[in-house]
Formats: sequence, structure tokens, C-alpha cells
Amino acid sequence: MDFGFNQEQELLRNTARKFLENECTSEFVRARMAEPAGVTDAFWTKLAEQGWLGLIYPEECGGTGLGFVDLTVLMEEMGRAVMPGPFFSTVLLGGLAIFEAGSAGQKKEWLTKIAEGQAKATLAFTEPNARWDAGAVTAAARESGGKFTLNGTKLFVLDAHVADVIVVAARTREGKRPEEGLSLFLVPRGARGLDVKLLPTMDQTRKLCEVTLHDVAVGADALLGTKDGAWAPLARVLDRATVALCAEMCGGAQRVLDMTTDYAKIRVAFGKPIGSYQGVKHRAADMLVEVENAKSLTYYAAWAVDENVPEAPLAASMAKAYVSDAYRRTAGAGIQLHGGIGFTWEHDLHLYFKRAKSSEFTFGDASYHRERVAQLINL
Amino acid sequence: MDFTLTSDQQQFRERVRSWLKSKIPAEWKALGSTEVPRAEAYDFLRRWQKQLHDGGFIGVTWPKEYGGQGLTFVEEMILHEEMALQKAPPMLNVLGVGMAGPTIIAYGTEEQKKRYPAKILSCEEIWCQGYSEPNAGSDLASLQTRAVRDGDSYVINGQKVWTSLAHMADWMMLLARTDPDAPRHKGITYFLLDMHTPGVTVKPLKQITGDAEFNEVFFDNVRVHERQVLGGVNNGWAVGLTTLMYERLALGFGLQVRLRIALESMIDMARRVEKHGRVVTRDPVMRQKIAQLWIDTEALKYTGARAITRLLKGELPGPEASTGKMGWVETHQKLQELAMEIEGPYSQLTKGSERAIDGGVWQYGFLRSRANSIEGGTTEIQKNIIGERVLGLPKG
Ligand SMILES: Cc1cc2nc3c(=O)[nH]c(=O)nc-3n(C[C@H](O)[C@H](O)[C@H](O)COP(=O)(O)OP(=O)(O)OC[C@H]3O[C@@H](n4cnc5c(N)ncnc54)[C@H](O)[C@@H]3O)c2cc1C
Ligand SMILES: Cc1cc2nc3c(=O)[nH]c(=O)nc-3n(C[C@H](O)[C@H](O)[C@H](O)COP(=O)(O)OP(=O)(O)OC[C@H]3O[C@@H](n4cnc5c(N)ncnc54)[C@H](O)[C@@H]3O)c2cc1C
Repeated sequence: MDFGFNQEQELLRNTARKFLENECTSEFVRARMAEPAGVTDAFWTKLAEQGWLGLIYPEECGGTGLGFVDLTVLMEEMGRAVMPGPFFSTVLLGGLAIFEAGSAGQKKEWLTKIAEGQAKATLAFTEPNARWDAGAVTAAARESGGKFTLNGTKLFVLDAHVADVIVVAARTREGKRPEEGLSLFLVPRGARGLDVKLLPTMDQTRKLCEVTLHDVAVGADALLGTKDGAWAPLARVLDRATVALCAEMCGGAQRVLDMTTDYAKIRVAFGKPIGSYQGVKHRAADMLVEVENAKSLTYYAAWAVDENVPEAPLAASMAKAYVSDAYRRTAGAGIQLHGGIGFTWEHDLHLYFKRAKSSEFTFGDASYHRERVAQLINL
Repeated sequence: MDFTLTSDQQQFRERVRSWLKSKIPAEWKALGSTEVPRAEAYDFLRRWQKQLHDGGFIGVTWPKEYGGQGLTFVEEMILHEEMALQKAPPMLNVLGVGMAGPTIIAYGTEEQKKRYPAKILSCEEIWCQGYSEPNAGSDLASLQTRAVRDGDSYVINGQKVWTSLAHMADWMMLLARTDPDAPRHKGITYFLLDMHTPGVTVKPLKQITGDAEFNEVFFDNVRVHERQVLGGVNNGWAVGLTTLMYERLALGFGLQVRLRIALESMIDMARRVEKHGRVVTRDPVMRQKIAQLWIDTEALKYTGARAITRLLKGELPGPEASTGKMGWVETHQKLQELAMEIEGPYSQLTKGSERAIDGGVWQYGFLRSRANSIEGGTTEIQKNIIGERVLGLPKG
């Protein structure tokens, strides 16, 4: 048994931290917040050069073939830097959907482009009903003459405005259960009848879109994998993306704890550093306990999805339920213990506080995942 | 990262599993599963621990020459996991196995190491921990019990309090002041005290549970030979801290297991109890609370596993190691509160009432759990330690 990271993983962590400290500074993040794209071409190219865009894809698709535990390390560092841009949507949603559901040809074409930095992708799954289970999907795909016509509204779609291809989940058939009759389609940027609207968001480092499909016509080659059989791969994508998000959240929470303890050592009130007061010290200790537990559940979930063990969905839900609460509370406590300065736009704390909030409600919040845990333990 | 076991470890797991399956006695069910040994179970638990020892399933990480099995923390963890799965009875000599034994192995003379640890494991000799005094609890270094040298012996006078199991213990880990003029931490010595020595008086104290599990212990000119000193005269603080470190490790394993057993039993109860006109496990709010406890329990387990990984790799304990006790306390108290909430008005009924759910074991567990955040270092003190030693915040 070994519940730790190996040397290569520690090396990846160091590399990523250095890279992001140089390339993804607070100024960079804030500049990206202020503009629609959320990313620059130069930055994207550097991510490709580092090999991170293809980190988890197989070598025959232009990737590095590493696993989710390796990815965890990278995600933690990205969370630590509140990295903006379409990395998550491209690598862990659009790309991963293609990887899990696509044919060999589709994988090779798209994943190679993604790994090289030539294409961005996303997944359009959620709708105004704001569900995360299979019942979320009401968008319809009508088949006629080997072609499909898509209609529906997708909401909370990450980075659709910069995506070269949107993987759209739609119903090809009304099944007895919501998990039946789902299919995935590759819809290219600028398709006729496709409308993408960027939405103003509280967390400006995450760009969310509303995607409407009005009689969007695609060919049979746009069908990703098998018709009516999309739920199994989709469920795997959602579990994996959830775990990756948890890792990102852990990285952010750890950074908040670091900033807060650093500040508590130097900020003086009543003649002493505030960290010497138990009101501050004990709250910092509570933060540490939560952050460490959050990591433990996340690391275990990363291992579980990597190995595809039967309890992987349970592990993913346990992690998301815990980490959602832990990051929100840690970020809130971070602001509190900074006093007035923590409430300013200038200080970075609010970037983490807002990222904690957006992440909390991405892929299901704590109560959604607690209920899923209840089901998975046969309660 | 790898959670798979070697074939040896897998074999160990299977051996433990089949052994426990055949050995956990039916009478245990009747006594009920609470997380601490209660008086009516003492005889039974003594026999149980003896059996564990005969099977080689206790002290597995201790060196072979001192009665252990010379295995690693992985086997220890496997053992505890299996015990949780099979709802095995708790250990009676928990202070001996968790603290006295490892401390003696770390600091003892060869003679001491040959004399004490094996009998701790077999439960032939029960140990208690004589640290706390009326005026020295959290601030342990202010303890006043005196040990004055007289020839080749020491004469002990003073008082301990809250001493668990002292009423049935054969030996005590005793901290006493040997040099009153030295700085507080430097004049303390760690003694291995025979509880049957003349001048030792034990007075049980009744707890909020109604049980008398801890005691006052009075020392009136108690003579202890100098070979009973552990780890050197005036070195008791360092030795005592080692004990506390082992206590935390033992907590990490043992208590985690008891927590899992309690959780499974609570879920089992929830399936049998109705609330708002439906079975508790169908109530969406209660499902949320039970699931959260499940998650918290798993989190503690994996945080413990991370700490063990560091130990196995020979690294220093990381931040995750210090959070174990506090995390356990919070989760366990939450669990006991939830058990009461599940029972609703039935939570008012205790042992003796035919209407009491599960014969009233949960009422005892609920009351007993209040001590968790006090015994073994209060939660406030744990937070000071985490804040200062792990996060590096300045002392108050
Ligand atoms: C939105 C907003 C509007 C404001 N408007 C005004 C205004 O109009 N006029 C004005 O004068 N001020 C105003 N303030 C300032 C406000 O009163 C201070 O921010 C507040 O008193 C805290 O002081 P500080 O920011 O210096 O934090 P600090 O005093 O540095 O405190 C930092 C942290 O340490 C904790 N701490 C400090 N001392 C102790 C201790 N002894 N024990 C335990 N914990 C301790 C604090 O609780 C806090 O969590 C405003 C603040 C905000 C956020
Ligand atoms: C069931 C049970 C079994 C026990 N078994 C044993 C045993 O076998 N052997 C043994 O030696 N002892 C035993 N103890 C004693 C236990 O270790 C002490 O109760 C504990 O260390 C606290 O000491 P105290 O009771 O004197 O409380 P105090 O130290 O007086 O503390 C009172 C309150 O003040 C808080 N406090 C104290 N100092 C600080 C500080 N610096 N900062 C913030 N808060 C502070 C404490 O957290 C607590 O809430 C047992 C206790 C219980 C409840």
C-alpha cells in the first residue's frame, strides 16, 4: 500500500508550480477575467508545449498517456493559481467525452489536435433544469436519412464561446429510463442554427455560456460513438471531471490556507501577531483539518477512477460532497481572518472565494453527491 | 499511489478474516457494541484479548522478542479494517497496548522490555495512565505528585485523577516530580508503578454515564525501586510525550475502527426506526446526514492512510498526522448525536426499558462520547498544537 505521490509526480508538481508562478500571475488572471476569451494564444501554446493538454490521452492520440493521479498533481497546481481559460473544458469535458465515447478515428483526429493546442473543445450537457443526472438532457436529435437535426437549449456550458467543437448530449430516443436513448454529437464552431451566448458570471475566471441549437443539422459522422448509448461513457466523463475538479479545488483551498497563515504571522493587532490569538489560530487549525481530509478523499478518488475500480463513482461523489463544503468554508474563513483587506478587489482572496462558489455547483453540489453516496452505499 | 496489497499482505488479510469469523463469540452480540469496554464486559474482554494474543493478532508491529509479530503498519491497518468489518469486540488493555508497551519498547532497559510488553499483550497485566492531577490537566507539566529519593528507592506522595481503569489495573505509567527546583519540564520522572504496592488507594469516580470507569488514585508514602524508572531520572517529560505520540497513533487505528463499527450499527438501526411516518433511511434529510457521516468516516480513514504511508517511507509525519484525533472526535460526537436524532423520542429511554431501542446502548455511547474531546488532550489543546507546530503560528 502506498498512499503518496511518486518522484515523477513530485517533479511534475514542482514544474507546474514554477511555470504557473511565472506565467499565470495575479495580473495575468485579472487580465483574462476582464476579457471574453479567458485565455491568450501564447499561453495556450505553452500549455501544449508542456504536454499538459494531452497529459491523460494515449500516445497514439498525441498524448502522454499519464493517469489521473498524475493529473491530480497538475490540477492542484492550476487551482492554486486560479488558472483561467478553457483547459478544464477542453481536456476534461470535450476531450474526455471524445476519448470515452468516440471511435478510433474520432479520437485520433480530435485528441491529437487538442494535445497539440490546435483545437479547443467543450461538453454541452446541462440545461436550464440544472440537473446533473441523465434526466438533465431534454435536447432532441431527430434522425432522418442518416443525418441528425438537433434542437434544444444548453446552459452552464463552459467556454463554448471559444470551443472549436462542442460535444452535445441529446436524446435520440425516449427510453423507459432517462439513462436510455442518449447520444453525443460533435457540433463544430459556427454550425448553422448554433447560437452561443457568453453569460456574465460571479467567478470571472470561469466563462459560462448558453448554447441554443435551432435545427442544427449534422451528418452521421458527427455521432460520437454509438447511438442511444451515450450514458455509460458520459457517466465516466462526469465522474472523472468531478475528481479533477476536486483536485483543483484542493489546490485552491491549500493556497488560501497558506495565504492566511502567512498573513496571521505578520499582521499585528493589540501588540501581537493575530495568529497568536486562539480565535484565529483555532480557525486556521479547522481549515487545515478540512483541507487535509479534502485531499485524502480526492487522492483516493483519483486512484479509484484511474484503476476503474467498482467503487470509483462512490469515491468521486464522496470527494465532491466533502470538497465542495471544505473549499467554500476555507475560502470564507480566509477572507474573515484577513479582515478588511480580504474584502478588497485588489487582494486575490476573492478570486478563490468565487472559484470555490462556482466549483461548488459544478457537477453537482454537496447535497446532490451526498444523496448519490446514500444510494451507492445502499442506504 | 497504489492501494493493492502484496500477496503476503493479502494472505494476512485472509488469515485474519477467517480467524475472526470463527472466533468472535456469540455472547458478544448480547453485550452490544459500544466503543469502550464497560464493567459488565470486563471478564469477557479479558478472555477475548487473550485469544487475540494467542492468535498473534495483537501487537503486530512490536518486535518478536518482546511478544509482537514484527510486522508493519500495513498489517496493523489490515487487522483493524477486518476487525471493523466483523464488528470485533474492543481491546480491554487499551492503554497498555496503545501506550505503555510501545513506550517501554522505545525507552526501556533490556530487563524492562523482557518483563512487561508480553504480559500487556496477553492481558495478564492491565495498565493505567497516571498523568492528570487535580491541578494538572491540559497543563500537565504543572503536576505536583512528588517522588523523593530514599536509598535505592523513591517515595511517592500525591494524587492522580481521572485515571481510567485504575480500579482494575496492575500497573501504572506514573509521572511524578523528582526535582522541584528544576524548570517545570525538566524535573519529572516516568515510573512503572505496581498498583498493588502498599500506600496506593484507588477511589472510583462515577461519570455522567453512571459508570465508574475512571478513578482518583492516592499515593501515601509509596515505595518504588529505582529500576522502575523508565527512560532516566528527570527525563519523564520526553518519555511521557512519546507515550502521547503513540496514543495518537493508536487512536488513528483503533478509534477509526470503532467509528466504522458504530456507523454500521447506526445505519442498521436507522433501517429499523421510523421518523415522520417513514423509515429513517427513506427520509431525505436523514439520508443527507447519514451520508455525510459516511464520507467523514472515509476521509479519516484515508487521511490516516496518508500518514501511515509517510511512516512506511521513513518520512517525518506530515500535517495530516496531527489531524487524526480531532477529526475523529468531531465525527464520533456527530455520529452519537445523529443516533439520538434517529431515535427521536425513544432516545430518552435507557437500559432497563423494554421500549429502549437496541437495549439502550446508544444512550450510553452518546453520553460517553462527550469525554472524547477532553480525554487524551482536549480539542482546544489539539488546535493549539496544530496551529503552532504544523502551521507555525506564534504562541499566545
Ligand atoms: C465593507 C467594509 C466597510 C467598512 N467601513 C468602514 C468605515 O466606514 N469606517 C471605518 O473606520 N472602518 C470601516 N471598515 C473597517 C472595519 O471596521 C475593519 O475592517 C475591522 O475593524 C477589522 O479591522 P482590520 O481590517 O484591520 O482587521 P484586523 O484587525 O487586522 O483583523 C484581522 C483578523 O484578525 C482577527 N483579530 C484581530 N485581533 C484579534 C484578537 N485580539 N483576537 C482574535 N482575533 C483577532 C480579526 O477578527 C480578523 O479576523 C470597513 C470594513 C469593511 C469590510
Ligand atoms: C473519560 C476520561 C478519561 C480519562 N482518562 C485519563 C487517564 O486514564 N489518565 C490520565 O492521566 N488522564 C485521564 N483523563 C484526564 C484528561 O487527560 C484531562 O481531563 C484533560 O487533559 C483535560 O484536563 P482537565 O480535565 O484538567 O481540564 P483543564 O485542563 O482544566 O481544561 C478545562 C478547559 O480549558 C481548556 N483549556 C485549558 N488550557 C487551554 C489553553 N491553553 N488554551 C485553550 N483552552 C484551554 C480545555 O480545553 C478545557 O476545555 C481522562 C479524562 C476523561 C474525561
